[in-house]
Amino acid sequence: MIELQKLTKTFTGAGGTVEALRNIDLTIPDGEIYGIIGMSGAGKSTLVRCINMLERPTSGKVVIDGRDMAALPPEELRRARRDITMIFQGFNLLMQRTCQRNVGFPLELAGMNRSEAMARAAELMETVGLGNKLDAYPSQLSGGQKQRVAIARALATSPKILLCDEATSALDPQSTQAILSLIREIHDRLGLTVVMITHQMSVVEQICTRVAILDNGTVAEEGPVSDIFSAPRSAAAKRLVYPDGYEQGAVTFEGGALLRVVFNGAKATMNPLIARMAIDRGVTASIIAASTRSIGVKTYGNMLLGIPGGQEALATALDYLRAVPDILAEEVGPNA
Amino acid sequence: MLSFFRSEAFASALEIFRSQFPLALWETIYVTLLSTFFAILLGLPLGVLLVAGEDGRIIRVPRWLLRAINWVINLLRSVPFLILMIVVFPLTRLIVGTVVGTPASIVPLVIAAFPFIARLAEGSLRELDPNIIEAAQSMGATPMQIIMKVMLPESVPSLLNNATIAVTTVLGYSAMSGMIGGGGLGKIAINYGYYRYQYLIMIMAVIFLILLVQLFQSVGTHLAAKSDKRLK
Repeated sequence: MIELQKLTKTFTGAGGTVEALRNIDLTIPDGEIYGIIGMSGAGKSTLVRCINMLERPTSGKVVIDGRDMAALPPEELRRARRDITMIFQGFNLLMQRTCQRNVGFPLELAGMNRSEAMARAAELMETVGLGNKLDAYPSQLSGGQKQRVAIARALATSPKILLCDEATSALDPQSTQAILSLIREIHDRLGLTVVMITHQMSVVEQICTRVAILDNGTVAEEGPVSDIFSAPRSAAAKRLVYPDGYEQGAVTFEGGALLRVVFNGAKATMNPLIARMAIDRGVTASIIAASTRSIGVKTYGNMLLGIPGGQEALATALDYLRAVPDILAEEVGPNA
Repeated sequence: MLSFFRSEAFASALEIFRSQFPLALWETIYVTLLSTFFAILLGLPLGVLLVAGEDGRIIRVPRWLLRAINWVINLLRSVPFLILMIVVFPLTRLIVGTVVGTPASIVPLVIAAFPFIARLAEGSLRELDPNIIEAAQSMGATPMQIIMKVMLPESVPSLLNNATIAVTTVLGYSAMSGMIGGGGLGKIAINYGYYRYQYLIMIMAVIFLILLVQLFQSVGTHLAAKSDKRLK
């Protein structure tokens, strides 16, 4: 369990003092895929770096499994870091080492002998689907492949916690999906705690179970993803959930209710879905706004529907849409 | 034109070339390489210290020490080589026992080259993406591991390029050391060309120096490119 208690971090530079984090209180339970989302400059990268003490908190505590991280002597901190590994937006692989030696690197640092380290590295490369790239150099790989190598490297020391700092932000949508699936698969198999730092709501939607929204150095909102997603309360959460700005009171639907539909990798495209709803249930819907994309046979994104008629039509529509796997549907109140 | 090749001047130049050049060439090469080697031994750790110690990023080095290193490097680099050679005579005598001769010229060459090499190494190491160092720290690398397993190996191509620059510069200095008793091509150029007006010998020596620079540069460039795994 990761506990952040009254965590504050200030940077003092030439331009004065910047408060990157202010009084953050967060508890990240074991085994969770925990999202920390915020606009750039919200302090999320600083926050994740405080977890493994790459940044020392100015005040407050980081307690992991009951241990105060800031109080650890250097040698113990280094040992603790083998249990809290990290992947990065820029991959940060060693460019002069082969992939296999990159993956074996943390083991080498931990003092494992070379042949054992290389054997384990080869195994891990196999796990991330790159068993044929052992002797390739990072520059020969695509972004998605580089992140796979980085994930294999992060798993080398069998960590309990995996920190992902904008791990998919430098990737194209397809690689993003593949990396997210890989992270989820690893999470499910190894049962580790994953902390996902991101500025993309879509990442949180797809993979996280809980999320904290960071705004201007403070936690604006925290809770299960589906709660925040369907009924964001804070301004920061609303900005993230409705990036296009619709639904912030600007959109209303005369003579009916508004319905938000989230495609979370559903194997359904939106048009047949809406059409089928009309045919099967006799509920017509106007598409007020939509921002979805299809990757392979799966659809991601969200859509705002106007459902004419009273509560009954709305209930029918909700009922119908919720029965489809990987779709979230919520009524959007006028004040939501 | 043909008469020139039959002239006495040419014949004597050719004779000197045959009798003196092989040894001079060898002296120049070994003085250059040996001096550069010792200068790297001194300069590279200083370069590492300057980068790794800055703001206590990787290792904690007292600020005054970094300032002192910077000051000494700047000081030594601002003294012209010819003067430096004379200034370090006492040190040369202490180490080698004499101030003339080929081995003796290695001392001033090292003193002149190591600050330059420290700066070159500092430049190379600064090119490294700080995120890679952060990644190594996140894996629990010790400061020594970061230096030996990340900073230096990742900077090898750039370090090799800069080592090539260092070798060619030291080669130039080594020729200059011929002025005060150092051996090699520089001595021949000065003794025959400058003191005895045998310009032909001087030109030959210069041509050899040019060829050596070309050779060192090609080998260095080739090694640097070959070592760099980012380009393939």
